[in-house]
Amino acid sequence: MPPSEPVATSAAVPLRQPLHLISCASVLLVLSACGEDHGASFRDELGLAADEDGLRAPPSRIHAPPELESLATGQLGPDGEPLRAACVTCHSIPGLAPELELRAEDVGPPHEGIDFQHGPNGCAHCHDPEDRLSLRLADGRSIPMTDAIELCAQCHGPQYRDFRRGSHGGMRGSWDAERGVRERNHCVDCHDAHRPAYPHFTPMPPPADRFAPAGHE
Amino acid sequence: MTQSTTSRRRVLKAAGATLGAAAFARAVSPVIDFASEISAGEFFQKHYKELSPEEMAVVLRRLEDETQERYGAEVTIRDIRPRENTQFGYALNLSICIGCRRCAEACHVENNHDRATHQSYIRVLELRQGSIDMEHGDATYEHAVPRAGHFYMPVQCQQCDNPPCVHVCPVEATWKEDDGIVVVDYNWCIGCRYCEAACPYHARRFNWHAPEIPAEEINPDQAYLSNRVRPQGVMEKCTFCLHRTREGRMPACLEACPTGARVFGNLLDPSSEIRWVLANKRVFVLKEELGTRPRFFYFFDE
Repeated sequence: MPPSEPVATSAAVPLRQPLHLISCASVLLVLSACGEDHGASFRDELGLAADEDGLRAPPSRIHAPPELESLATGQLGPDGEPLRAACVTCHSIPGLAPELELRAEDVGPPHEGIDFQHGPNGCAHCHDPEDRLSLRLADGRSIPMTDAIELCAQCHGPQYRDFRRGSHGGMRGSWDAERGVRERNHCVDCHDAHRPAYPHFTPMPPPADRFAPAGHE
Repeated sequence: MTQSTTSRRRVLKAAGATLGAAAFARAVSPVIDFASEISAGEFFQKHYKELSPEEMAVVLRRLEDETQERYGAEVTIRDIRPRENTQFGYALNLSICIGCRRCAEACHVENNHDRATHQSYIRVLELRQGSIDMEHGDATYEHAVPRAGHFYMPVQCQQCDNPPCVHVCPVEATWKEDDGIVVVDYNWCIGCRYCEAACPYHARRFNWHAPEIPAEEINPDQAYLSNRVRPQGVMEKCTFCLHRTREGRMPACLEACPTGARVFGNLLDPSSEIRWVLANKRVFVLKEELGTRPRFFYFFDE
């Protein structure tokens, strides 16, 4: 959880001694400086700032999904790999897509056909109307598309708290911080931002040993 | 009556001795077959805990050669000891598990299980919401998951702190190691299956026949106490992938889980994910009333 701006405590503390005031002010200064840091930390690691309980998340590396910076074209490139077009290729052209659509079904090519089912939200809930390369937080701040976790976190706090603590989103790599880092998924790696509900799976085959019991219903 | 050198008594003695010898030979023939398939090295091998490092090295080379000979695969078998200040714990989020069985599949591949029976140390039970009674779980479902009104509970060895399987083993072929993992010395196990009967979680597997695995599918990164290819007639179970976890890596089932329902780590590390889950989530263990004190925990998000 991003640390909230600390409540000004100097008003509550008796100001009999100037030392109190100075130490409180310096603590506030340090804490407010930390609060600005969070925008850059998502892509690198979870452990930049300690949570309220004083624990730092173990060293982690969060995957940067290509969907946040480019669009699949459906074609193969000269190296045989799927060809993707960077968002900035089109969205650096002034005047292109000036108005943010109100509904997903009104979006034109190459983004037509967005399957949208994300609660009562509309496009402008997340996308910055001024800049297609940015997302907009609830307080109006604009963040780059690659920092999408911060946007997801402002509504899905419990899931984000669990994600920081390692009980949401899975991981690969090392459980031992001395011998390696955790490789974490980005929210978008598992959840399509426009239709985030987790899909149904076809399960792998069951065991074929002779003791496989039939369950009671 | 003419005098004869053979009497009725001598004939009967000779016939009895011949039949007796034939019966004895028939009776001991299984032992002869058994002895002809076993090498001297394997026959005289000491218990894991009694092997010196040099003797262990000889054993590992012999096992690697046997695997090469029988399966045509070149493997490396190591003896990986527990690390200090490590006690493993594992937790599984029942609010998130969808029952896709990717964990069981990963275990099947990582631990060199028999292909025909699609064996795995993990059984995923589909349970109706409202009860966690394992005996009503269905492990054989084949429909799309998750199914409405049900939840999914993968069950594997719980690495109990008070393990019934260890208590009943008549030859001490299974024991609990210093980092909490309950292991089996496959070369010491006599295959009596008492441990399989004693385990309340159906975590133990018996090798009715030697695993059949194509050479190219064998995982060559093996350890003596975990995923080396087992012989016929011995017990085996989940080892928390000790050939991975004792080197700092995650277990195969955890990395395969697409929903991130599994949490693993060192219970002695206060900043670990497993400690946070145990302190902050609604956690329980299976069959708590039996007093087995598992190291495997289940939790819900709400």
